[in-house]
Amino acid sequence: MRAQFVLSEIGVGLRRNLTMTIAVVVSVALSLALAGASLLVRDQVNSMKGYWYDKVEVSVYFCTKSDAATSVQCKAGAATQEQIDEVKASLDKMPLVQNSSFESSIEAYKRWKETNPDNPLLAAVGAEAMPQSWRIKLVDPTKYDVIQSAFAGKPGVKSVEDQRKILENLFGLLNGLQTAAFVIMVLMLFVALLLIVNTVRVSAFSRRRETGIMRLVGASNFYVQMPFIAEAAFAALLGATMASGLLLAGHFFVQHWLAQRVLFIHFIGLSSVLTVIPLLVVVGMAMAGIAAFFTLRKYLKV
Amino acid sequence: MIRFDNVSKTYPKQNRPALDNVSLEIEKGEFVFLVGSSGSGKSTFLRLCLREERPSTGAVHVLGKDLGKLSNWKVPHMRRQLGTVFQDFRLLPNKTVAQNVAFALEVIGKPKSAIAKVVPEVLDLVGLGGKEDRMPGELSGGEQQRVAIARAFVNRPMLLIADEPTGNLDPQNSVGIMKLLDRINRTGTTVLMATHDQAIVDQMRKRVIELDKGLLVRDQARGVYGYQS
Repeated sequence: MRAQFVLSEIGVGLRRNLTMTIAVVVSVALSLALAGASLLVRDQVNSMKGYWYDKVEVSVYFCTKSDAATSVQCKAGAATQEQIDEVKASLDKMPLVQNSSFESSIEAYKRWKETNPDNPLLAAVGAEAMPQSWRIKLVDPTKYDVIQSAFAGKPGVKSVEDQRKILENLFGLLNGLQTAAFVIMVLMLFVALLLIVNTVRVSAFSRRRETGIMRLVGASNFYVQMPFIAEAAFAALLGATMASGLLLAGHFFVQHWLAQRVLFIHFIGLSSVLTVIPLLVVVGMAMAGIAAFFTLRKYLKV
Repeated sequence: MIRFDNVSKTYPKQNRPALDNVSLEIEKGEFVFLVGSSGSGKSTFLRLCLREERPSTGAVHVLGKDLGKLSNWKVPHMRRQLGTVFQDFRLLPNKTVAQNVAFALEVIGKPKSAIAKVVPEVLDLVGLGGKEDRMPGELSGGEQQRVAIARAFVNRPMLLIADEPTGNLDPQNSVGIMKLLDRINRTGTTVLMATHDQAIVDQMRKRVIELDKGLLVRDQARGVYGYQS
């Protein structure tokens, strides 16, 4: 196999078929960029899950004086110290509980004030309106139900709440985005495949004279098909390069614009992007090469 | 060199076989004309020899190999051992004479140094010395056919198959091509040539095989184009 010969054949083929080549490159670029984006979103969701699930707590809230009027649970009025200690004693006996800390009304008020500095109720509400609570960290954050069933309805307990519920909405949104990216990727990939098949067909047709002579003089199938396969793979390589460029551009947008405005999310870093890129290149070139190979089996018979 | 054992070939969706129970043998070093009207099975005969088709029944042996049993990936190697020439020359119009011949060697992976050596030799042999850098379009039909013969012969094949090589040429150029094929035959290469050219067959007095509607109707040493009355 003489490299120079094959390279010149690729060059001739791609130029002869320039518009189709551009179509292939662009569609491969878009589909691979979407594939990469969907992989990265999955990484992002996983990383966020790990980060946030580590931080989430289950809270057992106790009744306050004002709850007596509004909540059935709290008819007896504010929870007594005895009731609070009883819950603590039960918590300490559970192997599921990693640790638990007490948040007093004053601490809860302070935290609420910090997170809602502009709330108009701030002046009207006093610290005594905030419920006391046990904040519980679980060994396995998914086993929230155990705490819920153990303490909901106990005397003095107003409610048991899991912060995971708030996050679940966010993760649901991200998973939806990932699925959407995946579906579009599959469609684009299909379009790219059809374009590759068509390009190879046109290419094989426009060079039927050459390939006819090659078969006549006994060139091996590999030699006859190689320029076409290499041509498709090369177009895919260009597409993959563009896709990588798009992903890197997206990464820099996230790092330098989004990350400075959305502080509560820890974004995945460049290393994740860099591990996805070689995958895209390999997948793109292999896909194009295989598509070309199977197209040629039909059009370049021995 | 070539042996047909009870070979029949029926194309799909056709009632009459293109070749009907043909048996014959062509020895090494022979010069054989294959004659017959259009549709007599000449092309099918040649295509079977090149393994572009497989026989429906019977066996085709070329260069000692049973082509029916030859697996697909071995076919290119088989074809390297024979040369083919066609009526329409089949040259690449965007390559020079020398590049056209070199192309046949490049695509079977011959090293550049070997190509540079044998291409001028074979062009000299076919009488195209000095025209290496001309484009096919600048040449006469006879010269173009010489390029095609040079390409077919550059590997020094044991067997040269020619499908109406003089079909597009005037009588004068035809004679030149026949002289060239005769010279190639004298180097020991077997030549099998399908033709409609009566004058040439009558002049050369070589073995003539005639096909009619797929049947082998005549096999005559030192024959002529039509039946002698």
